[in-house]
Amino acid sequence: MSPVIPRRGLTLSVLVLAAVLASVWRLDLIAAFAEGQDSLGELFGFLQRFAAPDTSPAFLSKVGQGAIETLAISLIGTLLAVLAGVALALPASGRFGRLGQTASRFMLNLLRSVPELVWATLTVLAAGLGPFAGTLALALHTTGVLGRLYAEALENAPPAPETALRGAGSGAVAAFLYGTLPAVAPQWVAYGLYRWEMNIRMAAILGFVGAGGLGAQLYYALSLFHEARAATLIVAMLLLSLLVDALSGWLRRRLVVA
Amino acid sequence: MISLAALSVAYGDSRRALDGVDLSIAPGERVALIGPSGAGKTTLLRVIGANLRPTRGQLQLDGLDPWALSARQLQGLRAHIGKMYQAPPIPPRQRVITAVLAGRLGQWPLWRAVASLVYPLDIDGARAALAPLGLAERLFDRCDQLSGGQLQRVALARLFYQQPQLVLADEPVSALDPTLARSVAVALNEDAKRREATLIASLHAVELALSEFSRVIGLREGRIVFDRPAAQVRSADIDALYAGASNPAASAESSLDAPSAKPRLTRCA
Amino acid sequence: MSVSQHDPAARGRATALVMAVCVLWPLLQVAQFEPAVLFDAGNLATLGGFLGTFLPPATDALFLGFLASATLDTLAIATIGIALAMLIAVPLALLSTRSLSIGRLDGRLRPVSEVIRVCARGLTLVLRGVPELVWALVFVRIFGLGPAAGVAALAITYGGMLAKVYAEILESSDLSPTRALLAAGSGRLAALGYGLLPVASDELVSYTVYRWECAVRASVVMGFVGAGGLGQLMDQSMKMLNGGEACSILITFLLLVMAADALSAWLRRQVR
Repeated sequence: MSPVIPRRGLTLSVLVLAAVLASVWRLDLIAAFAEGQDSLGELFGFLQRFAAPDTSPAFLSKVGQGAIETLAISLIGTLLAVLAGVALALPASGRFGRLGQTASRFMLNLLRSVPELVWATLTVLAAGLGPFAGTLALALHTTGVLGRLYAEALENAPPAPETALRGAGSGAVAAFLYGTLPAVAPQWVAYGLYRWEMNIRMAAILGFVGAGGLGAQLYYALSLFHEARAATLIVAMLLLSLLVDALSGWLRRRLVVA
Repeated sequence: MISLAALSVAYGDSRRALDGVDLSIAPGERVALIGPSGAGKTTLLRVIGANLRPTRGQLQLDGLDPWALSARQLQGLRAHIGKMYQAPPIPPRQRVITAVLAGRLGQWPLWRAVASLVYPLDIDGARAALAPLGLAERLFDRCDQLSGGQLQRVALARLFYQQPQLVLADEPVSALDPTLARSVAVALNEDAKRREATLIASLHAVELALSEFSRVIGLREGRIVFDRPAAQVRSADIDALYAGASNPAASAESSLDAPSAKPRLTRCA
Repeated sequence: MSVSQHDPAARGRATALVMAVCVLWPLLQVAQFEPAVLFDAGNLATLGGFLGTFLPPATDALFLGFLASATLDTLAIATIGIALAMLIAVPLALLSTRSLSIGRLDGRLRPVSEVIRVCARGLTLVLRGVPELVWALVFVRIFGLGPAAGVAALAITYGGMLAKVYAEILESSDLSPTRALLAAGSGRLAALGYGLLPVASDELVSYTVYRWECAVRASVVMGFVGAGGLGQLMDQSMKMLNGGEACSILITFLLLVMAADALSAWLRRQVR
């Protein structure tokens, strides 16, 4: 054996290998892929049709609309989550007593543990099919993620400035705004931008369950075996996420680093 | 008028930071607190500033017991007490003007505090507070662009802007070089004289205490060792106060902030 | 006074505010942002009725059997997905890392290896650029409904992600042993085994395990487009508005994620 793997590593490797083999047996994958072999030709045909994206102006303008909708879902969903995240992070960092802390932490964990797509199946019921459902689903999950990060930032912020202001007679809200907010705001913004970059990718997918945006179009295109359109839509998703990466990088340089 | 009667503060149950202190300070007095580290200077300042509740004994500020007041009244009282610290408690990313305006948060209604974050409502007032300290030019700079000495002067400007009737300064000049230390101590005293405000400052630099303040109190192990006008303090008093105590300068705490742990980002998806 | 009478930042703030409103207002329209919809009587009734059936969770034996089987499927999808992803990622990472470059030792870059490196990086980018859910949807068209699509989708996206991170880890670890070996004339593979892996292996393994944990979540989510496991079961229950089943599945999912967290944390401690 190479000098890399110690003895305990060896045991673990064997266990891991066993887990992999058990998984292959469990899913009967060999059969599944063997069956897929018949359709290997089909796969290549499929991919070939992918290679020629649909670029007709009429379709492109539809894709453009879908892209703007996806952008709207991601941006507004993230902004809502930033607001709700702040609202929950304040009690979660222990500012309103033990009970508030426990309750808001439970809330944040719940919001965070349920994936966006599951939230979307519920928000579609609550708000009907369409982009608003996607916005809400993103906002719910992202609130959980951001709320926890925001609360951590609050707990790590130096307490002296706010304590000093309180000691000089300031009200609680004003002391927070002048003492602690300047320390945490850049981190909050950075986390928000980072989540926006992830959410643009998610927003493009939420349409699969009826929550609007490019995802809905992709779902139809693939369901109806319009590979050329699907290819265009996937390229549009990639470009959109690159655009948001660039925007968020620009905002980060302006707001956080400066 | 500040008066303390048989006042004690105990941390936990063993160590007594203050032990039966009797003291009264008239309006307009400028008092220097000196003594070795751990003498109880900080504790005494926190008690007088109504930030720390005495374990035993009585504190009265202008005839009122602050701990008998309602929370709102207590905040109203604190709004007229200005405080300075060894490390200025100012967020690095705050602008100088905001840091100075924060001095009046206790007197402003909330809407004014919020509005001032959007657009500073009293630019002239802040500039007037900074001007005598030579920092008016830096009004719109961010505090992390200032040196340590400049930052302490911003904290002083905040105090000037607050215009408190009582100023409590806890080692305000310990982190500064001697020239700057003297100028800050002088500025504190000048301001107090001009406004007839009461000033109480703890100091490591004995010569500053003797030259700038009107009254000097020597504190050791939680008790008052001597208390007399600055002109009447003899070098024997000073020697006795510090006898056998560790070098005062060596105990200056390092105020280095521990680098805040970089929170992990969830990287799934 | 050379300092202005007005706040110099005010103009910038006002511009930013106006711009933000100009961008956000139309986007709110596009997103059909109407909170009032949430209180629409029909919607409230549907959602309320559905959530009302969440309690009690479904616990009949037949359903629990399905649930257990789907849970196992999900774990198996994640495990094989990661295993295949490693098979894709290792060669890609080795091809795209600069740490094993012999030409770099004396500053002579051979164009052939540079081209190979760029191609490997490009492929990595394409693999992880498309979200796994999209791949899953594509593979469901090819392999039909079931775990195979999930496995293939995971293998491809996670292959790309692992390749990128592996290459980064290899480049950020201590390169002096590797350099010494390469300079002494050893081959690339020998330098990898004796110089690079001993310093980088812990981090490589621990990142892989961490990714497995992500793969468990991802395989559940992919089930929603038909790629098998818990997600597919949940999708069916949700579509039939069977709250009791949805609730049981959701609880199972949360427990599974917690268990995967714990197992992955334990495995990573073993490696350290």
